[in-house]
Amino acid sequence: MEEALSWISSNQETIYIVILMIFVGIEVIGRVPSVLHTPLMSGANAIHGVVIIGAIIVMGNADPGNYPALILGFLAVVLGTLNVVGGFVVTDRMLEMFKVKKK
Amino acid sequence: MGGHILTICYLIASVTFIVGLKMLSHPATARRGNLIAAAGMAIAIFGTIFLPRNGVYLHNYEWIFGGLLIGAIIGTIVAKKVKMTAMPEMVSMFNGMGGACAALISLVEFGHIHEETNISHTVLIIVLGLIIGSVSFAGSMVAWGKLNGKVKDFNFPGQNILNLILLFVTLGMGAWLVFHPHLTFLIYIILCTSLLYGVLFVMPIGGADMPVVISLLNSFTGVAAACGGFLYDNKVMLTGGILVGAAGTLLTILMCKAMNRSLKHVLIGSFGGNAASSSSSGSEGGAYKEISLSDAAMVLSYANKVMIVPGYGLAVAQAQHVCHELEKALVEKGVEVKYAIHPVAGRMPGHMNVLLAEADVSYDKLLEMEAANDEFKTTDVVLVLGANDVVNPAAKNDPASPIYGMPILEVELAKNVIVNKRSMKPGYAGIENALFFQPKTSMLFGDAKKVLQDLVTEVKAS
Repeated sequence: MEEALSWISSNQETIYIVILMIFVGIEVIGRVPSVLHTPLMSGANAIHGVVIIGAIIVMGNADPGNYPALILGFLAVVLGTLNVVGGFVVTDRMLEMFKVKKK
Repeated sequence: MGGHILTICYLIASVTFIVGLKMLSHPATARRGNLIAAAGMAIAIFGTIFLPRNGVYLHNYEWIFGGLLIGAIIGTIVAKKVKMTAMPEMVSMFNGMGGACAALISLVEFGHIHEETNISHTVLIIVLGLIIGSVSFAGSMVAWGKLNGKVKDFNFPGQNILNLILLFVTLGMGAWLVFHPHLTFLIYIILCTSLLYGVLFVMPIGGADMPVVISLLNSFTGVAAACGGFLYDNKVMLTGGILVGAAGTLLTILMCKAMNRSLKHVLIGSFGGNAASSSSSGSEGGAYKEISLSDAAMVLSYANKVMIVPGYGLAVAQAQHVCHELEKALVEKGVEVKYAIHPVAGRMPGHMNVLLAEADVSYDKLLEMEAANDEFKTTDVVLVLGANDVVNPAAKNDPASPIYGMPILEVELAKNVIVNKRSMKPGYAGIENALFFQPKTSMLFGDAKKVLQDLVTEVKAS
């Protein structure tokens, strides 16, 4: 119990961010028209590609002799980049179709 | 100094994610929003590579740049080449990549934990990232296969129970590992059961529900990315991940609402189960009328106003270009042609708009549901192309119907309705459509693309 409480207070900054981000995430897309559901999903998909940063950190800290870690980290970087680059490009292609707007 | 700049890079990136997502939810700003978020992402990535973190620079640059380059090249090529109709499965694939990335990070970091002091807290986050990432990866791959048509629906009795057991076993092992971090082998078992759970979780869900599932898995990957943020105390991963996690969850719920489905039913897949009973009880059957191609072409050519209702069938047959040709051929004959777009027509919400825009259909010919419903009264012929449930009058007048309450396109207000379908088989909701048996409705069977091609020739000849 004591431990859990002290964990909360020592990580309060993080916990604040999590809670505020949940509200921001909900607020920000609250009134999206259904026409944009697919591109929005795709855009959000690209944004969670930030996981690539974790992959870069893993890779950059890996011991140069530790091949399992290097290989797994390398795979993670490739997959993460696929997520980011592919995600943004696909979203852009979808939205390109919307450029002739009536309004 | 470098460390402070890195913090600022992350701050900028976090703000661009929020602003980008905000702009993505408005049609006029959506494209710019996507680019802004992409720019923020680039800042965060290059900041991470070149600036020191806690005073330490990264190494293994050749591996990092190699990975970035390979990923970027493949990603760009695949994303540029993919057909518009295949967009949904593309999103699912990329989402799976993100999930796999999160799972791999967890695997590698688990090998490092003996150096940590606050072990159980770190292990908890690693295990969470691993489970969520693997489920998201395996689930997305199955969803990708299903939308591709490579993976068929598959369920067996007791599957839901097995899934639940598998989930609890996985979580239980995760909890055990948190308190006994020296049991290294457990992490691999957790990896396997998580992957298996991801597969079994998506397997029984029908292909038409995939958008909802992908959106849900999308928010899972967001949470997995946020776990990485916890692990490295990295604020941009945390904000980006949680933001997508929250927005993705809401988007999932919004999608369900637009399709008049509850998330619970999508996940348990009970729609498929109930459908059998409701279709047998509600099979009013009756006689339907077929129309020949040349008659259909005649009816269309001599109408004053034609409304086209595109649906899933059109998307599957990739008939959007031929559809536009038919529209042009009819316009040449002096017919007024418009499209009535149901918000959830196609493979994903908004999919029809994207498809028709790709075929150069002008934007002001696309009517949204309310506008279309006002115009049906003055329409001579409605041509329904592979749509079914979105024009089913049962949603309006049969409280017992599973789709009761879903807003529909009221095509029966028009003078004539021509329905193109491949067969009389019920649509995705698995229920009969009374519209097909109405006297003003005629059926035109066949693949949407083939039928449209023949119609174009007939219309031009007549």
